[in-house]
Amino acid sequence: MKRLYTHFGDRIFATLLLLLALGVAALALLMAYELYRGGSLALQRFGLLGFALGREWDPVVQKTFGAWPYILGTLIVSFSALLLSFFPALAAAIFAAEYAPRWLAQVINFLLDLMAAVPSVVYGLWGIFVLAPWIRDKVQLPFYMWAAEQAPWLVPILGVPTGYGLMTAVLILASMIIPYTAALARDAIALVPKEHREAAYALGATRWEVMRLAILPLARGGIIAGTFLALARAVGETMAVTMVIGNSHKLPYTLFGGAATMPSVIANEFTEAVEDLHLSALIAVGFLLFLVSMAVNFTAAYVLRRQERLVKGVL
Amino acid sequence: MRKAFFGILALASLALAQQTITLVGAGATFPYPLMAKYGDEYTRLTGGKVRINYQSIGSGGGIRQFLEQTVHFGASDAPLDDTRMKEVRDRFKTGALNIGYALGAVVPIYNLPGVREPLRFSGSVLANIYLGRIKTWNDPTLQELNPNVKLPPLPITVVHRSDGSGTTYVWADYLSKVSPEWAQKVGRGTSLQWPVGVGGKGNEGVAGVVKQTPGAIGYVEVTYAKQNNLSYGAVQNKAGRFIQADLPSIKAAANVPLPGDMRVSLTDTAAPDGYPIASFTYLLLYENLSVNKAVKSEAEARALVEFVKWVLTEGQKFNEPLTYGALSSVAQQRALALLSRVTYEGKPIGKEIVGR
Amino acid sequence: MKTLEKDLALRRRYRAERFMMGLVALGTLLAFLILFLVLAYALAQGVGALNLDFFLKDMRPPGESGGGLRQAIVGTLIVDGLGLLIALPFGLAAGVLLAEYPDHPVNPYLRLLSDTLNGMPAILFGLLAFVLIVKPMGGFSGLSGAFALGFLMIPILARSTEGVLSLVPKEIREAGLALGLPRWRVILSLVLPTARAGLITGVLLAFARAAGEAAPLLFTAFGSPLLELNPLKPMDTLPLRLFAFAISPYEDWHRQAWAAGLVLFGLITLTSLLARWASRRF
Repeated sequence: MKRLYTHFGDRIFATLLLLLALGVAALALLMAYELYRGGSLALQRFGLLGFALGREWDPVVQKTFGAWPYILGTLIVSFSALLLSFFPALAAAIFAAEYAPRWLAQVINFLLDLMAAVPSVVYGLWGIFVLAPWIRDKVQLPFYMWAAEQAPWLVPILGVPTGYGLMTAVLILASMIIPYTAALARDAIALVPKEHREAAYALGATRWEVMRLAILPLARGGIIAGTFLALARAVGETMAVTMVIGNSHKLPYTLFGGAATMPSVIANEFTEAVEDLHLSALIAVGFLLFLVSMAVNFTAAYVLRRQERLVKGVL
Repeated sequence: MRKAFFGILALASLALAQQTITLVGAGATFPYPLMAKYGDEYTRLTGGKVRINYQSIGSGGGIRQFLEQTVHFGASDAPLDDTRMKEVRDRFKTGALNIGYALGAVVPIYNLPGVREPLRFSGSVLANIYLGRIKTWNDPTLQELNPNVKLPPLPITVVHRSDGSGTTYVWADYLSKVSPEWAQKVGRGTSLQWPVGVGGKGNEGVAGVVKQTPGAIGYVEVTYAKQNNLSYGAVQNKAGRFIQADLPSIKAAANVPLPGDMRVSLTDTAAPDGYPIASFTYLLLYENLSVNKAVKSEAEARALVEFVKWVLTEGQKFNEPLTYGALSSVAQQRALALLSRVTYEGKPIGKEIVGR
Repeated sequence: MKTLEKDLALRRRYRAERFMMGLVALGTLLAFLILFLVLAYALAQGVGALNLDFFLKDMRPPGESGGGLRQAIVGTLIVDGLGLLIALPFGLAAGVLLAEYPDHPVNPYLRLLSDTLNGMPAILFGLLAFVLIVKPMGGFSGLSGAFALGFLMIPILARSTEGVLSLVPKEIREAGLALGLPRWRVILSLVLPTARAGLITGVLLAFARAAGEAAPLLFTAFGSPLLELNPLKPMDTLPLRLFAFAISPYEDWHRQAWAAGLVLFGLITLTSLLARWASRRF
């Protein structure tokens, strides 16, 4: 009885844990497998590379499917959003970690959590009714009218001033990914050993000089990892982008005009793809999205692990 | 005591769950206001025993989900074409029924602040706008059609559907008939390779974008334009007249010989008073309902047939207040004849219910 | 002369200091600008549309005014709640394995795969649930939506559980083992109860995260205009309905979309506050 309680009890418990945990692992593998299998019809027809680089997505006349418009859209939108959000996010992290008094730092931390918690449909809602009309009337239309008269060569680059398009999507997305960069940067800055800043202050450095010379170089890894995590979020963001990006996959993309991303085309077309090949092509886009997200996440994890080692090494 | 109470509660809820039947339909956004009205009225009529859940995901979606058998009925503005009818016959060893239950019109809507009177369009102008040839509202060809209107120099924002759509099918079907370039470059289908523009999801989405965007043009079922006070233009028909979509002009367009399976295109009608971009909108059913995995019992099958019969008869009175044409008596006969072909596990439930 | 130069240099450094401080403050404000605007609009537009009907009535057909979003509110709670039930055993077990059996041979792979899942776009969980649940079951259902959200919550739970358990002092485990308790009893009766507050916080945060998701539900839960309590039927949720209303042209629906946004935001804030409260209370 005692043996049952201790020895077998431990065994049973560990096996149970293992089985459930293997369920988690199976889920990840299953996702990769099912996406690959679902997309295999399209991937076999066009080849992985041919599919990824194909510029035509035409479900009607030619029935050819190429994901390049969506990959390009995803790349443009997420990298622009990252670029745009990087400095504000870093500023918020520096402010919270170094400049702000304790209570204010707590407020900022709370706001960062809040920002990550606001559902993406709510950002999209605001984008449709506030940001898109504002950008159209106050930015795009005046600029377009000016360009049409003064610099007609600009017009094809600008595209039609709709409000729904790349520009709006980038702005919304930039604000949505700020907390991911900011939180990791803040933690990385906080992780830098006290002795470092004290030594720098003792040399008579100003606060900014301490930041620039003693803290940021050490926190660099964490900041980079944070940007990669933010990038992963940006790549996979679906609803807010779908709601404001204009959903058009006509290349070349223009600054004001509509575009489409990998998640947005899945959200738009998945329940409605009539042909088997079309459905398969959509799942294949999902498979590519899986690969891209995995690559970005692995890079982030790698950078973060190196950063941890670096800080430990300094200690 | 407490246990007994919960036991009874559980039993009661089980009984309740068995008594109510939810019929799930999905598809066209074109008749969504009408379908939602049918559902609302029918649920009330049956005292909540039969409930209709219609999701407007687009006709492409209606056809897809019908073939995937995730829904009791599909809905589409484009009837199933011959290859798809054959696919159903090969895969499921039964026929598919396209039951028309209402007539609608696709209208060009636009958002031009300051322009009051309805604009006039011709087929070729619409095709050229959607091909990206006509880029601004004060284009000479548009001005020529509308000599009395002061058209602004706004750029045209073309709005199309981002999802698979029967409205798109009807629109593209019309443009293919009037513009050889369109027929060759873009063609007809539920989702297209659009030369220009931004996409909105569903009739709702296109109307939403146009409403929000000065300078935009889009195409939606006329009800969406009316319910939201969006301006919509008159379109030149084959006889050369400029017709605004309304009930008489939609019905005039439908005044054509009707084939037995109701699969017919009404666009570019020859009728002199007919609106050129009109269409039937269809419910999709399997002839043998037992092959549909979504239909789980005979009770569900019967409820489905009862509901469709109600739509084709009493429900028709809800069509016209929402600007959908009601079926003519000939069309109604055809539709009921199609419905009476429905069977479940060999039982001719269609004949039984329609004949009652 | 020399002091003057030094003075100038010092002044320049102070100027740089002030400039950078201003820049950092400005950047911080900029970072939160859109958040403030979104919240302000949601409050301004949403409060006006909130009334009792919003919680007690189902939605009306398009173009008709009135009605509410009862079906979506109830649906959110059911689908999200079921999702949590599905995710809990897997997420907790993975977390416990990672934290309490640090030398287990599967751990490196488990952590890698769990992190991979954590970084996956939410819409892919919807695709997975469509292929695994919707197609075999022959229909959209609240349950398939719950699975999609459950899949999404599993890696979040695994990570938070691992994190919380690693904070439990070693001494507690050693004390238990010294008393002759088997390891499984130590974990169940000592470690987990000690970490209770953190575990509850993690669970609530996972719940809140999933409650706001619409993308995985587009082709699983699917939506419904009527109150639906049977999870085998299609169900509505707030984010799903908000999306449909936001892109529609109907003004009454726009109002309700803002109200839905506000309620959703309230639900999530409430859950987060509850999580904070739990982490202090227990």
